[in-house]
Amino acid sequence: MTALAIPSAPSPAPGRPARRLLRAAALLAVAGLLAGCNLTVLTPSGDVAVQQRNLIIASTALMLLVILPVIALTFLFAWRYRASNAQATYDPDWHHSTQLEVVIWTVPLLIIIALGAMTWISTHTLDPYRPLTRLAPNQPVPADVKPLQVEVVALDWKWLFLYPELGVASVNEMAAPANVPIAFKITSSSVWNTFSVPALAGMIYAMPGMETKLHAVMNREGDFRGLSGHYSGSGFSRMNFGFRSLTREGFDAWVAKARAAGASLDREAYLKLEKPSEADPVSYYATVENGLYAAILGMCVAPDRMCVGEMHHIDRTGGAGRDSAANRERLDYDNRRLEGGVEPSGATFPASGRPPQGSVQPEGMMPRDQNLSRGGVNERKTAPDQGQGNALPGADRGPAPAQLNNQPTRHQH
Amino acid sequence: MFSNLDLTQLVFGRLSLEAVPYHEPILLVTFLVVAAGGAALLGAVTWFGKWGYLWREWFTSVDHKKIGIMYVVLAIVMLLRGFADAIMMITQKALSVGASEGYLPPHHYDQIFTAHGTIMIFFMAMPFVTGIMNYVMPLQIGARDVAFPFLNNLSFWMTAGGAALTMLSLFVGEFARTGWLAYPPLSGAAYSPGVGVDYYIWGLQVAGVGTTLSGINLITTIVKMRAPGMSMMKMPVFCWTTLCSNAIIVTIFPVLTATLALLALDRYVGTHFFTNDYGGNSMLYMNLIWIWGHPEVYVLVLPAFGIYSEVVSTFCGKRLFGYTSMVYATVVIAFVSWLVWLHHFFTMGSGANVNAFFGITTMIISIPTGAKVFNWLFTMYRGRIRFETPMIWVMGFIPTFVLGGLTGVLLAVPPADFVLHNSLFLVAHFHNVIIGGVVFGLLSGVSYWFPKAFGYKLDPFWGQVSFWCWLVGFWVVFTPIYALGLMGVTRRTQHFEDPDVQPYLTVAALGACIIMAGIAAFVLQLLISYVRRERLRDLTGDPWGGRTLEWSTTSPPPPYNFAFTPIIHDLDAWWDMKRRGHERPQHGYRPIHMPRNTGAGIVLAGLSSVLGFALIWYIWWLAALSFVALIATAIVHTFDYDRDYFIPAEDVARLEGRGTTQVAEGIRADA
Repeated sequence: MTALAIPSAPSPAPGRPARRLLRAAALLAVAGLLAGCNLTVLTPSGDVAVQQRNLIIASTALMLLVILPVIALTFLFAWRYRASNAQATYDPDWHHSTQLEVVIWTVPLLIIIALGAMTWISTHTLDPYRPLTRLAPNQPVPADVKPLQVEVVALDWKWLFLYPELGVASVNEMAAPANVPIAFKITSSSVWNTFSVPALAGMIYAMPGMETKLHAVMNREGDFRGLSGHYSGSGFSRMNFGFRSLTREGFDAWVAKARAAGASLDREAYLKLEKPSEADPVSYYATVENGLYAAILGMCVAPDRMCVGEMHHIDRTGGAGRDSAANRERLDYDNRRLEGGVEPSGATFPASGRPPQGSVQPEGMMPRDQNLSRGGVNERKTAPDQGQGNALPGADRGPAPAQLNNQPTRHQH
Repeated sequence: MFSNLDLTQLVFGRLSLEAVPYHEPILLVTFLVVAAGGAALLGAVTWFGKWGYLWREWFTSVDHKKIGIMYVVLAIVMLLRGFADAIMMITQKALSVGASEGYLPPHHYDQIFTAHGTIMIFFMAMPFVTGIMNYVMPLQIGARDVAFPFLNNLSFWMTAGGAALTMLSLFVGEFARTGWLAYPPLSGAAYSPGVGVDYYIWGLQVAGVGTTLSGINLITTIVKMRAPGMSMMKMPVFCWTTLCSNAIIVTIFPVLTATLALLALDRYVGTHFFTNDYGGNSMLYMNLIWIWGHPEVYVLVLPAFGIYSEVVSTFCGKRLFGYTSMVYATVVIAFVSWLVWLHHFFTMGSGANVNAFFGITTMIISIPTGAKVFNWLFTMYRGRIRFETPMIWVMGFIPTFVLGGLTGVLLAVPPADFVLHNSLFLVAHFHNVIIGGVVFGLLSGVSYWFPKAFGYKLDPFWGQVSFWCWLVGFWVVFTPIYALGLMGVTRRTQHFEDPDVQPYLTVAALGACIIMAGIAAFVLQLLISYVRRERLRDLTGDPWGGRTLEWSTTSPPPPYNFAFTPIIHDLDAWWDMKRRGHERPQHGYRPIHMPRNTGAGIVLAGLSSVLGFALIWYIWWLAALSFVALIATAIVHTFDYDRDYFIPAEDVARLEGRGTTQVAEGIRADA
């Protein structure tokens, strides 16, 4: 099953419809025959994902023990006791049998007990927060191997990877040496996403102001696909990244390449980077400003913002009393996009400034060349609506004013 | 404050002519079709002078049977809308691979998948289930109506009002681009400004009031209005599932209302329950919405289980196997359904103990569910199975549903869920149980009880065509979707870069066309059956050899259902009555006390919808006005003392006499 019969041409040939149809039909047949060849979840390359795959197969087999007989009995009884079959026994009052009822309840119970035990154990051993103890079956992590630290930030709509030990960073591509444990710390800049590399391990949410963790190892070298599995706005579909599993030397070369890239990721560069954009090319940063990840996690990369941790500290020490009024503005985080004049991820009419349901793309998105006759994406035809009455009468009317929780006075300074 | 007051804004809020998407070809065509269809319908009603009839006999009716039918009609209309969304989604997915962009840009596509989920659950499945419960349950317990007939009418119109608001977003403004549960922070004011999420919130809030009230109503009906002798354990299984389903409704819908109210506060007055800043916590929303969301699945599927139980037992000509364990299984499912919500977000990073706990509680649900499947199976055992339309749906349901159950339990194993979560595997799973479990059950229920409601059977040929299209279509759509999930493909994407996925999506799109043929066959079945109604006529009131009380009245039942409240001695009361040589009573009729129709429900729901619309568009004067009018109408209605009337004994005698002749004729014709 190694020969992948489905050609992975980057784009379908713009051939004649008949030819394309024929090709689609051929693809269909092949896909039907070789389904399973590219089922990443069932043929993963990382040890964690392999264990998860094994669990899927074991659970399915366990459940089929009861499900296959049920399906078979359904058809058997339906055939045997069809009204036209006069030979079959008809017993209209037979409606109870204690023995049968005991069996009916016990069989699923036993299966669930077995599955429950498997669940309890595997949930703990495969807990994404738990550091790895093995690289592969019967291959414990050597004592001198330290996991590679990677800090992941989900941005609108791209992925930023920071390597705190190496001081480099990359966008939309991450690399790691094969057979070395990786310790991920994951957060997000604005809305929820899911960090997911199907071939490596299970997914976990990337949430703003919060950190999740994932431990995994890739056992094979190669290029794998990573994505966001949680809808996060217009550019979500293109929020993919490459996961490059390399040899030790290959990884060193990759790091050297990043270092040679020369760009430096400081707060200013980050604030530019986090603006919504999609299908961004892979890029590298040679240096990363100290404490940038902590600032991202604390939602305080912009210089005038207070970090979440500082707020928690103030709260724990009993609050700042009247002085906290001054902090209010520094804690305002979510509205920066509205105030920055970039269209927010989920904006709809009239705040979006686009005609409703129309074919004008939101700001911050790649312009797409499309066939207009198919109702494709085109230039904005109508002027953005300025009369956005989404504030109480008397409030000021900027281009994309926020909701009522934006104090109108704030726009004045 | 009033220095720069803008009159237009004061009058129209943020509503402007621009809100109408007249420049969008897809929408324009849809609008023209809807408008033409609507105009034709309204024109026809006016031409035939039916407005008075509709208003008096239907819109203001407090008869549970008519309200039930209106619920189902609403559900079928919304099914068409939700399915149109589905077709657009799957064709966009199949086209938008590699260099091709398909025909729906992301911000349009995102509204479609949000609307599809919202509409199918809240405005298709819910009204459908409520409609059938409303129609059947009072008949099954020998009651003359539900406990609060006016409330029932109000509940329906509130649901319809919510549906109307949601539909309005198609032509005035936009719908949410957040997914059907509108997770913050994406659905918060900062990331989703505009009317989309507001349409979502107020559409669901208006409908949610209706659902909660109808839940209270149906529970009270079951608890207080069963015919004498019908102890809880002599109640038909469908009534038990209705009871459990509505018990879940009254516990969870307040949670939904509160959750959406908190989200509305975040969006309207600047609180920070779910925002990123000021200490808001979006994980809280995830928990709250699923505390509603998971039991909601059982709200839908339990009544469907009830329908299967009734249908299996009737068409096997046999008492339901294991009635008691069936009842306990239902109750256990209802209880455990409150304890599993966290399995919707194992990947949020809760500890292993928490995840394992919720994984195992989820699996526990499969034990009573498995017992139910076995009970249906052993009802078939030694039965005499007639494969009429309602029964073939059951035959399609069992294999489809158990496979959906398998993938469901798989998703309940947290480490497995980590690789399958949010993938198309998940999408295939919940469609597998909702279509294979709920929709098949509802369609089975429609063909089963249709002759009771209208006096003629549905055409069996078109019923079978519809069944096969649904069954085959379902598997043609969702087998490739399952496979895509195993390829690690995620949901809600408008575009795919990997050309490998295209063949799978193309097959799925073909499958969706087969399902479309199934829906078309269903609609055709309704039309053809109407045309051939004289040939399909059932005069006996008991076309299937039924076992429960609803089959003891004429079809359609008289407004008061039963001239004499039946006395119950056994489970399967009507079967028992037939066995004892039941004869229709000929005399001794008394006047029957009935609730009077009222227009208050439609007025209150209309005002609520106007209030919702005003809040969506920030038309504050209209919001204030409609709110005051809403309260005033409710108060005025409490002073309406003319709420009941008596059907005189002579009228009852006349109706019953006619019924007796009709039934006798029917029995003679059958013999």
